[in-house]
Amino acid sequence: MALDSMQEIFDRMHSSGKPFWQIVLETDMEEREVSRADSWERMRYTWRKMVEASDSYTGERRSHSGLVGGDGKRMRDYLATKDTVGGAFFAEMIAEALAMGESNACMRRIVAAPTAGACGVMPAVLIPLYRREHIPEDDILRALYVASGIGAVVAYKASISGASGGCQAEIGTASAMAAGALVELRGGTAEQIGHAAAMALKNLLGLICDPVAGLVEVPCVKRNVIGAANAVCAADMALAGIVSRVPVDQVIEAMGDVGRRLPIEFRETALGGLAVTPFGRQIKEKLRENPE
Amino acid sequence: MLDIFDILGPVMVGPSSSHTAGAVRIGNMARVLLGSEPATAEIYLHGSFAETGRGHGTDRALIAGLLGLRQDDMEIPNSFQLAMANGLEFHFHVIQLREAHPNTVIMELTGRDGRRLKLQACSTGGGRIRVDRLDDIPVGFSGEHHTLIIYNQDEYGFVGEVTTTLSAARVNIANMRLRRQGKGALAIMVIETDQPISPFILQLLQELHGIQRIVYYQREDE
Repeated sequence: MALDSMQEIFDRMHSSGKPFWQIVLETDMEEREVSRADSWERMRYTWRKMVEASDSYTGERRSHSGLVGGDGKRMRDYLATKDTVGGAFFAEMIAEALAMGESNACMRRIVAAPTAGACGVMPAVLIPLYRREHIPEDDILRALYVASGIGAVVAYKASISGASGGCQAEIGTASAMAAGALVELRGGTAEQIGHAAAMALKNLLGLICDPVAGLVEVPCVKRNVIGAANAVCAADMALAGIVSRVPVDQVIEAMGDVGRRLPIEFRETALGGLAVTPFGRQIKEKLRENPE
Repeated sequence: MLDIFDILGPVMVGPSSSHTAGAVRIGNMARVLLGSEPATAEIYLHGSFAETGRGHGTDRALIAGLLGLRQDDMEIPNSFQLAMANGLEFHFHVIQLREAHPNTVIMELTGRDGRRLKLQACSTGGGRIRVDRLDDIPVGFSGEHHTLIIYNQDEYGFVGEVTTTLSAARVNIANMRLRRQGKGALAIMVIETDQPISPFILQLLQELHGIQRIVYYQREDE
C-alpha cells in the first residue's frame, strides 16, 4: 500500500484507528520490508544528522561563487545581541534556515528534505523548538514521519524537483512538510495537518526556480527562510481552527499542474528570473572566465 | 511510491543531489566495476555536468566516489588532494554526446593492476544514477538492485547455466539484459537480483565455461 493521496492516509487512519505518523511508519515497513525498529532507528539517524549539521555550523565557509556563506552566523549574532523584530523563535528559525542552506551550498553534510536545495526548511522549524522546549526526540521523530508522508504524497501526485516543477515543488513541498510536522508536534488533528500542508503549499504556488549561474546558492539559501516562516504561519492558522478552503489533495494537484505549465526558463535552467538579471549574468560571466 | 528516506534524505554533502550526491555514486559504481584501486581516470563531462558541474562540485564528487568515499563524507570537497595522496591521476574534459541524459559522464579508468574500464553513466535526480554503457556496450542499470555483470563469449546455453545456478541458490532475478558487440563476440549480461549473491555462488559462476569476467555490485544499504 503506497501513500498516493492525503485522503488515502485519512481513510486508513479512520479504518484502523491509528495516527497519521503510524500509517506512514507502517507503509515504510511494508515498502522496504524492514522492521519497526529499523525504520524508527533510520529516522532517528536522519534527525541526528540534521542536528549535527546545525551544531557544527560555524559560518566560515564560502560557496563556489563566493556569494553564499556567513549569513547564518550573522543572524545568530544579531539575535544574541539585539531585540529582533519577529521575536526570538522567529530569529532562531531564520538563522537555522540560513545555516543549513549555506551548509549545502558550501559542500557541508546536510539532509535533503525533500531536496538538497530545500534542506533548511524542516530543521529551521524543528531545531529551535527542540532546543527551547526540550521536546523528547521521539516526538520529533513522529513529526518527521508526518512530514515524510506529506512529501511522499506530493512526490507521487505532483513533483519535488525544481527541474520539473520549479521552486514551489522544492521549497513549497518542504514548507508543507514542515507545517504538517509542526501541527503534529503541537498535538493537532489529522485534518489540521492536512489544512496546514495545504495552506503552506498554496502560499508558495507559482514560485519559480531561477538560480544565479545555475548554482544552488542565490536565491535558494534565503528561500529556505520563507519556506520555514510560511510553515509556521500555516501551522498556527491550522491549529487556530482555520481551514484551507481548497482540499489538500486538490492543492497538491494544482501545484503539479502549475509546475508542468511553468516555462522551461523557470525550471532550474538559469534562463529566467534572477538568473538573467544584469547581476545574475555578471556572476555567470565571471565564473566562466575564472572558474576557480 | 518513493521511499520516505528519499523524501527525508539522503544524508549527503551538498549542494545538489543530482550533481553532487549522484556524482559520488557514479564514481563509487565505477570503482566497484573496475574492481581495482584506480590509478588513472580520464573523465568526460556532458551537458549540465559540463555546464555547472564545477559549481556543484561534480568534479570533486566524481573523484571522491572513485576513491571510495560515500555521498555523506565530509572529505568530498578535498578529494583532489586525496587523489594526489592516493596516486590517482585524473583529467577532466568536456564532451558533447548525442542523445545522452544532461547529467552524463564518461570515465576511462585504469586500475593499479592494469585493468581497464570505460563507463558511461548519468545522474537521473535525487541521487539516483544509471549506468548506460560499459566498454561501449549499452547496459542500463541503476544500482538499486544487487547487480551481477558477466562478460562472456556469446555462446549458446550460457544464459541457461547462469540462471540455473542463481535459481538453485534461491536468488530471484528482478531484471535481466543481454547485450553483445556482435554475433559470437564479447557479450555482457546484466542481472539485477532481489537477494544478495554470496561469494560462493559468484565463485561457481566464475567457473562456468565462456566467462571472461564477473563483476558484482552489492546494493548500498544505509
